[in-house]
Amino acid sequence: MISRAQTILLILLALASLIMGGVLFRMRERAHQRMLAGQDSAPTQAPAVAAPEQATLMVADDDDNSLRSRVYSLPLPGDPGARARAVLGKLLDVYAAKDSNHPIPGGAASVAQVFLLPASSPALGSKPSTQADSGPEVAVVNLKSSFVASHPSGLETETLTVLSICGTLHANLPRVSEVRFLVDGAARPSLAGHADLTRTYLTSDAVPAELSPR
Amino acid sequence: MRWSSGRTRGTIAGAAAVLFAVSVLASQVSIQQAPPAPPAPPPPTPPPRFVVVIDAAHGGDDTGGHLNDGQLEKAATLALSVRLRSLLGARGIQVVTTREADQSLDPDRRAEIANRARAQACISLHAAETGSGVHLFASSLTPVIPARFTPWKTAQAGWVTRSLGLAGVVNSALTHAGTTVTLGRTALPGIDSMSCPAVAVELAPERNADKKTTAEPDDANYQARVAAALAAAIVEWHTEARQP
Repeated sequence: MISRAQTILLILLALASLIMGGVLFRMRERAHQRMLAGQDSAPTQAPAVAAPEQATLMVADDDDNSLRSRVYSLPLPGDPGARARAVLGKLLDVYAAKDSNHPIPGGAASVAQVFLLPASSPALGSKPSTQADSGPEVAVVNLKSSFVASHPSGLETETLTVLSICGTLHANLPRVSEVRFLVDGAARPSLAGHADLTRTYLTSDAVPAELSPR
Repeated sequence: MRWSSGRTRGTIAGAAAVLFAVSVLASQVSIQQAPPAPPAPPPPTPPPRFVVVIDAAHGGDDTGGHLNDGQLEKAATLALSVRLRSLLGARGIQVVTTREADQSLDPDRRAEIANRARAQACISLHAAETGSGVHLFASSLTPVIPARFTPWKTAQAGWVTRSLGLAGVVNSALTHAGTTVTLGRTALPGIDSMSCPAVAVELAPERNADKKTTAEPDDANYQARVAAALAAAIVEWHTEARQP
């Protein structure tokens, strides 16, 4: 015989089991709904690619020791530093091509980073300009050592490479007035034994007067 | 005693007056007799010293570029330096070379040699495999008025105008000799520290109209032609320097 107390306990346990089953079922439904909601917010489209823009490259020619302006259409990021790296990458891709008149192996991967900093004001000595948003800028171009190691040695070819980088930066980022070079993050005396990489280059010296932005 | 001393004083005073009169007369006579002496001619000034510094780039551990025929730039520049030194020496021009053998020299040492020589022309010789003909460079520093004390790294700034003049003379001589010349400005550490008219001459392969190489930078005949043109340019520069 089952006592009355045991009967009540059995009924309570059965009710508790039903309630717990209901709660678990409800939690499962909610988890399923959350999962479905998470799938809806997942990216279902490819990242938007920047619209192609026109970029002006100052392309060197070893035959007549000149820089020529060429316009290319390529996607350019909005960030100025990434933009500078993109145009320099395209410039070095042109030099790495087979039919280049200024052949240098390496291509776009030869530019590690390009940093844009406010240019120092002569009136303030070495202090950076306070007009960081509108004043002239210094571009610090960090090249990879593999590029420097494979660069042909020669006064003309090294000078043209340096000037074409300076001119290309100025043509696409007119606020860049000075350019400094690093190789793997460190200063280096020369590019391949000739062109001085320790000095600060003025972009105005690299761009022919008729091509300089007014 | 008092009388005798007064008489003596009178005698001495009279003798002094006579001597003074005689000396004045004698001086007037001598002035009238001697014609006015012409001003002494200035001592002959020696002609200004004309020194040329020839800098054969690279050397020692610094081999420079590699030429297509397997030669090194340091050897080609030294050979051209020796040729040019001989040609200038034969014309009576004093030459100072930065190196006569395969030895290492940093750019500062080269500039020191040139600046100590107080040269009227400094020629830095290079060789390369890219381009064609002769590449002629002057410093890309902005010209300034020469000062007594100048920063070491930009000492050439006070001489850039004259360096461009020297580059023009060298360009004319090389073009006259039938060599293709390209002109440019560059930042070269050795040149930028020199306080003299300075140009960098880079010898590239000689190519024909089809861009085929007809002579490498270390070709003896090619070097001899370029050296002769450079020597002619230096002589011309010397002649211009002597003209008032």
